[in-house]
Amino acid sequence: MKHVFIASLIAGSIALPAFAADYTIMAPAAPGGGWDQTARTLQTALQQEGISKNVQVVNVPGAGGTIGLAQFASQQKGKANALIVGGYVMVGAILTNKAPVTLKEVTPIARLTGEYEAIVVPASSNIKSVADLVDALKKNPGAVSWGGGSAGGVDHIAAGLIAKAAGVDPTKINYIAFSGGGEALAAILGSQVTVGISSYGEFESQVKSGTLRLLAVSSDQRIAGIDAPTLKEAGLNVVVQNWRMVAAPPGLTAEQKAAVTADVEKLAKSKTWQEALKTKGWQDTYLAGPAFEEQLAKDVAATETVLKDIGLVK
Amino acid sequence: MSTFDFLLQGLLVAAQPMNLLYALIGVTLGTAVGVLPGIGPALTVALLLPVTYRLDPAGSLIMFAGIYYGGMYGGSTTSILLNTPGESSSIVTALEGNKMARNGRGGPALATAAIGSFVAGLIATIGLAFIAPAIVKLALVFGPREYFALMVLAFVTVSSAFGDSTLRGLTSLFIGLALALIGIDQLTGQTRLAFEVPDLLDGIEVTTLAVAMFAIGETLFIAAQGNTGPDKVEAVKGSLWMTAADWARSWKPWLRGTIIGFPIGAMPAGGAEIGTFLSYATEKRLTKHPEEFGNGAIEGVAGPEAANNASAAGTLVPLLTLGLPTTATAAIMLAGFQQYGLQPGPLLFATNPQLVWGLIASLLIANFMLLVLNLPLIGLWVRLLTIPKPWLYAGILLFATLGTIGANPSVFELGMLLAFGVMGYMMRVFGYPIAPVVVGLILGPLAEQQLRRALAISQGDFTVLVTSPIAAVLLAIAALALIVPLILRARGRGEVLGQLAASED
Repeated sequence: MKHVFIASLIAGSIALPAFAADYTIMAPAAPGGGWDQTARTLQTALQQEGISKNVQVVNVPGAGGTIGLAQFASQQKGKANALIVGGYVMVGAILTNKAPVTLKEVTPIARLTGEYEAIVVPASSNIKSVADLVDALKKNPGAVSWGGGSAGGVDHIAAGLIAKAAGVDPTKINYIAFSGGGEALAAILGSQVTVGISSYGEFESQVKSGTLRLLAVSSDQRIAGIDAPTLKEAGLNVVVQNWRMVAAPPGLTAEQKAAVTADVEKLAKSKTWQEALKTKGWQDTYLAGPAFEEQLAKDVAATETVLKDIGLVK
Repeated sequence: MSTFDFLLQGLLVAAQPMNLLYALIGVTLGTAVGVLPGIGPALTVALLLPVTYRLDPAGSLIMFAGIYYGGMYGGSTTSILLNTPGESSSIVTALEGNKMARNGRGGPALATAAIGSFVAGLIATIGLAFIAPAIVKLALVFGPREYFALMVLAFVTVSSAFGDSTLRGLTSLFIGLALALIGIDQLTGQTRLAFEVPDLLDGIEVTTLAVAMFAIGETLFIAAQGNTGPDKVEAVKGSLWMTAADWARSWKPWLRGTIIGFPIGAMPAGGAEIGTFLSYATEKRLTKHPEEFGNGAIEGVAGPEAANNASAAGTLVPLLTLGLPTTATAAIMLAGFQQYGLQPGPLLFATNPQLVWGLIASLLIANFMLLVLNLPLIGLWVRLLTIPKPWLYAGILLFATLGTIGANPSVFELGMLLAFGVMGYMMRVFGYPIAPVVVGLILGPLAEQQLRRALAISQGDFTVLVTSPIAAVLLAIAALALIVPLILRARGRGEVLGQLAASED
């Protein structure tokens, strides 16, 4: 890190204004998580495709990305070569933490990838289908413990939506937050909780080996290669996608914004990026421009409603 | 093919010259980042991921494994010599290790850490190869209530092991517990004691607190003494290497540290630090030289160092068998696997045996390489202590600051480093032990979260805490650890405790 710091100082002092921007991508999370991986995959793809010669990744972990977001909005203002990775988790975190800096204070560029939520139970569980789960929830919502990621995150939101769609009071759900999908997975495998909810990727190998039973996925339509109904098919009108996006700092001119958007579009269509998506099992959910901004506003509003329903946001 | 054949084949893969080179690069890099406080193996592996994209899977995973083991080891060097823990898992090492270094026994301290790490790494890696499926079953039995019981045990044994005065030790511990409350509550997402300061939302970084309390506090303490302080430390007194007595006192702690560290590393919510705390507490209880604890007891270095390396291997158990990363480094190694289209999990041993066994074999080689790399360097490292005091401590300050800034480039973080440094200084002046503060910061949130999770799952029924056999046994041990010394003390301690220690050997 020290070397990177010094190297970037040197590079910064001698670099001439080049035609390709040297991007700095902030991953508002610790190394290893989804955003960090997205940032580093972006780094590799931008460099290999020659869209940008020199790309740096900076990690600013904490509080569902809101610490990084606040730093990004204030320190990178007006800089057209800075990017931040973010996603749906940030939307929830901003609301639950009452973060002073929201997504309104950055320039969203494009949605890049997404993962759908999977609802699983241990293979030994006597819950065999979504209908069984709904029955159990209706009988006693507190007796069904949900294991998933951080409080107010996608997993929590999805659990709240499922309860609501099933006609169960969402404030009564017994959601147990774990620090990330991995720890939750252990609790599910050990039958410490009744049901598990997280991105499908977290459970994939367990589902394939038969130690977990996949009840449903939260996509709009069935996903190729995954043998499970959608929540919609199971009678619950819930579609949740844990999307990830990239945003630029506030205060960009229209030309600057267009240039960044063009670079990101080139990236999203590139071979390197498409291949990376395949090896990582991420869905391509590229969406940019006004369509993305509209979708983002919709997601923020919907999330706020759910979090109020669950009782996390007053 | 049997397990043994696979391992031999793996050793052949790992022993190819190019792979040996990758292992060497890995352990060297790992040791270097382990030495820098705040910068851990996780960040290093993350930085290298894009670089290794072009390498073959075996080569890059071998390098990552080297970095991981190297990082676990490197932290001990600065802990021992400079009282600056490079990683949170080497905090305990600083307690006895630095005292040893100041008594001119830095050489044996570094040697017992290196050899202990090697022994533990070796046994734990072999354990990973042969008993991973059994260990992972044990780890999965651990739910919130079992973890809570384990935390209670850790609190009881650890807090009685630090310092001479229980009251002072507990005071320090509670300072740590109070600091641990700062930040977002993980179970509800609500902020506590952050006073709308964004930097406090994520709580207080353990390494920042540890570096501040140990390194900065110590520097201030030395500076405040001016020229009246004790004379220059003698870098080498007696043998530079471990004597026969050192060996005799080290081998049992190495083994016990391994036995404690390995399963705790394999637990999804464990963390290497807990193993080192428990190992330190165990050694303090079993030692035949209790008077040396706090003044540089070699057991207090040997045990925790073995425990932290064993837990590094333990971390790979859930990663390889379940695809479950339990540390940041493991999470990035998982990303590394995925880069090559491999999905760690229950099927990995069946679908890619060459790779898994290649990795295990390369861990063995990395472990051996670390020993070869570090033993000859000990003579050089202890020279550090001959640097005149003002220069040495100025260097430590620079080092601590750079490490903190490297991990988190923020002015607020530096301010915290300084503030906690002053707190560490005050606590030294007034004779309060500092280690329990760090222990409280690490164990507090774990204990709280697990207790609340257990109670949420049971919907508020407290009896769940004792109805699981494992939790009940752990709590019973904790109760014994609390009561037995009291009884023994009441009946005229000394002899009885000594006999107990002797009979447990």
